[in-house]
Amino acid sequence: MSKEWPLWEVFIRGQHGLSHRHVGSLHAPDAEMAIKNARDVYTRRNEGVSIWVVEAERIAASSPGDKGPFYDPANSKVYRHPTFFDIPDEIGAM
Amino acid sequence: MYAQLVKSSGKGVKSLEEMDPQERAFQQRIDAGDKIEPKDWMPDGYRKNLIRQIGQHAHSEIVGQLPEGNWITRAPTLERKAILLAKVQDEAGHGLYLYCAAETLGVTRDELFEMLNNGKMKYSSIFNYPTLTWADMGAVGWLVDGAAIMNQVPLQRTSYGPYARAMIRICKEESFHQRQGFDIMMKMANGSEAQKKMAQDALNRFWFPSLMMFGPSDKESVHSAQSMAWKIKMNTNDELRQKFVDQTAPQAEYLGLTVPDETLRWNEEKGGYDFAEPDWNEFFDVIKGNGPCNTDRLNARRKAWDEGAWVREAMLAHAEKKRAAKLAAE
Ligand SMILES: [Fe+2]
Ligand SMILES: [Fe+2]
Repeated sequence: MSKEWPLWEVFIRGQHGLSHRHVGSLHAPDAEMAIKNARDVYTRRNEGVSIWVVEAERIAASSPGDKGPFYDPANSKVYRHPTFFDIPDEIGAM
Repeated sequence: MYAQLVKSSGKGVKSLEEMDPQERAFQQRIDAGDKIEPKDWMPDGYRKNLIRQIGQHAHSEIVGQLPEGNWITRAPTLERKAILLAKVQDEAGHGLYLYCAAETLGVTRDELFEMLNNGKMKYSSIFNYPTLTWADMGAVGWLVDGAAIMNQVPLQRTSYGPYARAMIRICKEESFHQRQGFDIMMKMANGSEAQKKMAQDALNRFWFPSLMMFGPSDKESVHSAQSMAWKIKMNTNDELRQKFVDQTAPQAEYLGLTVPDETLRWNEEKGGYDFAEPDWNEFFDVIKGNGPCNTDRLNARRKAWDEGAWVREAMLAHAEKKRAAKLAAE
């Protein structure tokens, strides 16, 4: 049979207080099994306290070709960075 | 390493001037140390080579479970059994990381399994040797995982993002593998006369097959030159083999065991050991399918695949039924 289990992307929260991070993917018939498999494959050494799985085909992504133009607007707005402003030394940390 | 003989379709490395603009931009990204990601444009050859290499690597992780799985039920203590089980489970994980990395290049896992099962794709020659005694579990962890680490550490910097990330995960887990093997060797080498003999015998049988893991010399190979330009291969086979011998020879000495190579000696001038090459005829013969365990290994993989078919289908059917029931209830 050529029907493959769908592909799931796995996200793991490493420690309390941190965001979930993409760690890899796996095949599973449904979400429940995907979480169980993710536990076995990606947290064998206490790497996580929480697991998210998302079916890979449900993820929408920006296209790599956009790289330049898509992020251009950010380039011209250097004043968004604190280092844009000179604060006199006598003011101290700000 | 686990990818020993990756044949590429390349005809030698093109210079930047000979490339078309798209290829040139791609090569310049690689030269600059950029990572290539799945949706990025890439030359056909790069994609094909990577599928072969990552696939061969993944197959090796999976088939590599068999020689060690052979001893799980007969491990000498409960602790050794638990350790070996954990090690073999890690190898299944390594296979999975790598299959997933290969899949991002547009091949499916089922296709890869099929090519393994019908012999179209290879796995490392090392797993076609039998594991005859418990000491072999020591030798495999120490030498085979040791050789794998030699090869995998530099691949953490490979140009293809998903491959590099899989390598980083794998390397984190490998040192446990090598250390548990060396621990077994220490126990055996310091044990009774009979145990010491088993340890020496394991080293005798696994030494040259471990050197073969790096593949034949590829100093002059155009395929390797292309792979190195693409940064999907970071060192020549000879470089890695030399590093492995330099690291391993003193460890054997520490164990009080003798490397089965009378020509092995330290060469002050080159700052490394001189050593004998393995028998490359044997290597090609094993790759061709004539090693002591090729048939067993492939049969075991085919059996697992065929006998698991109903489980894969049933689980999918069950998931679909549950989904339908949930929809109906909404
Ligand atoms: Fe591994
Ligand atoms: Fe390993």
